[in-house]
Amino acid sequence: MIDAPRIISANWDDSGAVPIDGYLARGGYEGLRRALSMSPAEVIEEVKASGLRGRGGAGFPTGVKWSFVPQDTGKPTYVVCNFDESEPGTFNNRELVEREPHQLIEGLIIAAYAVRSSAAFIYCRGEYLWPGIVLDRAISEAYERGFLGRDVMGSGYDLELVMHRGAGAYICGEETALLSSLEGFRGQPRLRPPFPAVEGLYASPTLINNVETLCFVPHILRRGAAWFAAIGTEKSPGTKMFSISGKVERPGNYELPMGTPFRVLLEDAAGGVSDGRDLKAWTPGGSSTPLLTAEHIDVPLDFESIQAAGSLLGTGAVIVMDETDCIVEATRRMVRFYAHESCGKCTPCREGTWWVSRVLARIEDGYGRPEDLPLLDDVASKILFRAFCALADGAVSPIQSSLKHFRAEYEQHIAEHRCPFTGRGPGAPTVAEAPEETREPEPIAISEVLR
Amino acid sequence: MPVLTPELRERAEEIKRRYPAGRERSAMLPLLYLVQSEQGSVTEEGLREVADLLGLWTAEVEAVASFYTMLRLRPTGAHVVSVCTNLSCALRGARAVLDAATREAGLAPGQETSEDGLITVHEEECLGACDAAPIVQVDFANHDRVTPEGVAELIDRLRRGEVPAPSRGSAPRDFAHASRILAGLEDPR
Repeated sequence: MIDAPRIISANWDDSGAVPIDGYLARGGYEGLRRALSMSPAEVIEEVKASGLRGRGGAGFPTGVKWSFVPQDTGKPTYVVCNFDESEPGTFNNRELVEREPHQLIEGLIIAAYAVRSSAAFIYCRGEYLWPGIVLDRAISEAYERGFLGRDVMGSGYDLELVMHRGAGAYICGEETALLSSLEGFRGQPRLRPPFPAVEGLYASPTLINNVETLCFVPHILRRGAAWFAAIGTEKSPGTKMFSISGKVERPGNYELPMGTPFRVLLEDAAGGVSDGRDLKAWTPGGSSTPLLTAEHIDVPLDFESIQAAGSLLGTGAVIVMDETDCIVEATRRMVRFYAHESCGKCTPCREGTWWVSRVLARIEDGYGRPEDLPLLDDVASKILFRAFCALADGAVSPIQSSLKHFRAEYEQHIAEHRCPFTGRGPGAPTVAEAPEETREPEPIAISEVLR
Repeated sequence: MPVLTPELRERAEEIKRRYPAGRERSAMLPLLYLVQSEQGSVTEEGLREVADLLGLWTAEVEAVASFYTMLRLRPTGAHVVSVCTNLSCALRGARAVLDAATREAGLAPGQETSEDGLITVHEEECLGACDAAPIVQVDFANHDRVTPEGVAELIDRLRRGEVPAPSRGSAPRDFAHASRILAGLEDPR
């Protein structure tokens, strides 16, 4: 196994870390104690100096984000923790909460103190019924012991924390959609600027942080910025939770220093590709990040290196496909997700993801046409960067990257009129019609639309 | 007919007080879960009751409710069996699990709820438990690494009135009970 320091998953083998007494016995809330002995500005400086970058996907420096929250606006300041984890392949927030809920709560209290907020929310994914219960119990414990509510740890600082459950919508992981949902509306993204730091929840200054990001905060306060900055790489300090799934021997969450080569995650941590097969493709950061291939097995897992390899670190969610997996089918499945989860606000996303889904299904089913490949290129390029949020861009990633690395496989589907992996499809040129779901729809009478 | 008893109306007022004064609309989702927990789905009357609690038009509430897949605006089974078929689960055989669930529940193509009103099968997007693929949720409680035979057994046990123990934590009794937990009214210890 790997001999690397674990920070936020250090207590995972120890179920005693769930209740507050166990957490306190393991040094819990010491980071908060230190934070409360500092000024809010000093806390922000400490987090800035650590170089911690947001783990929700964008990698924005956390301390800098905190410093953007304006003070003295005459409005309340809110802190919202994004626990709407739903990027396909990502499952580290769930386990962080299930195994050590107070670590998140402590990080959230420190963040709220730093931006001088007295009201915080955790937006918990609806489907996370059990993790939500674990978190709810932990919040009650924190109130009982004086870490939440009036006069936190006798410091004179007050903070109320409310857990809010979502109801099944991937888009609510997008920060402005999350805020709309928390305000009681459909979860649709808003135009930025204004950014949430200035006009977020209830049009007030709002800090939004991801679960994993906040989990690092107590440790940075307890052990100092310099300790954290020395781990990982210079530009991507610290460790990162990597969720690895799909065709590997030991799928799971593994905490590794930033900059660890993918080979170490795949072979040493996850036990290699299932059944000794060959690696074919992998997503470095969830299904919305461009696919990489076996060629990239030695790429270091950090923001800069993954970007240099043509993809994004995203949430660190690695989905592994082996030599027996069909890339067209995998892409079809990934893109269908985005078509399903499009909130419908922006036309390029709502219509574009729907169309490319149908084209991909047609190719996979053996009814593809040679002109479908330039069509995919064309539609994908017209979706990219043309919507309010990045959801539609997430659908473009698997399309463009699979066409780049595996174009021959698409061409084979079209030339052979079937999927070379499953054998499904007519297998010969045919005048027969494609299955209904891949056919282009008949025009709909306007009277039907208005009915 | 009101959906909520006077006692639950009182709990609804408590839910509203979780949010800052004047921001009670934020209680929309928990209140919708609350009416869903009483009726097993969000009905016309449920929408009206939430609208009344929040001082909104019923259409405004419906516009929100219809956005979220966990709020069921159609008649729904006493139990909801959700099968994830997203990529990580698909790579590990989720399609066969979904087919087995559909078959065991006796559903025709396109049908989502069994004739006896007991089981709704739902093809689900990523449930955030890809380490345990293929993943199935019964009333939002996780069952890890489920085989086609496993999902058939789960459904069979639901039919016999049992509550199958999930892979972690405790399970709600049924979909309505899960909705009550989601509204924040109950901790199933």
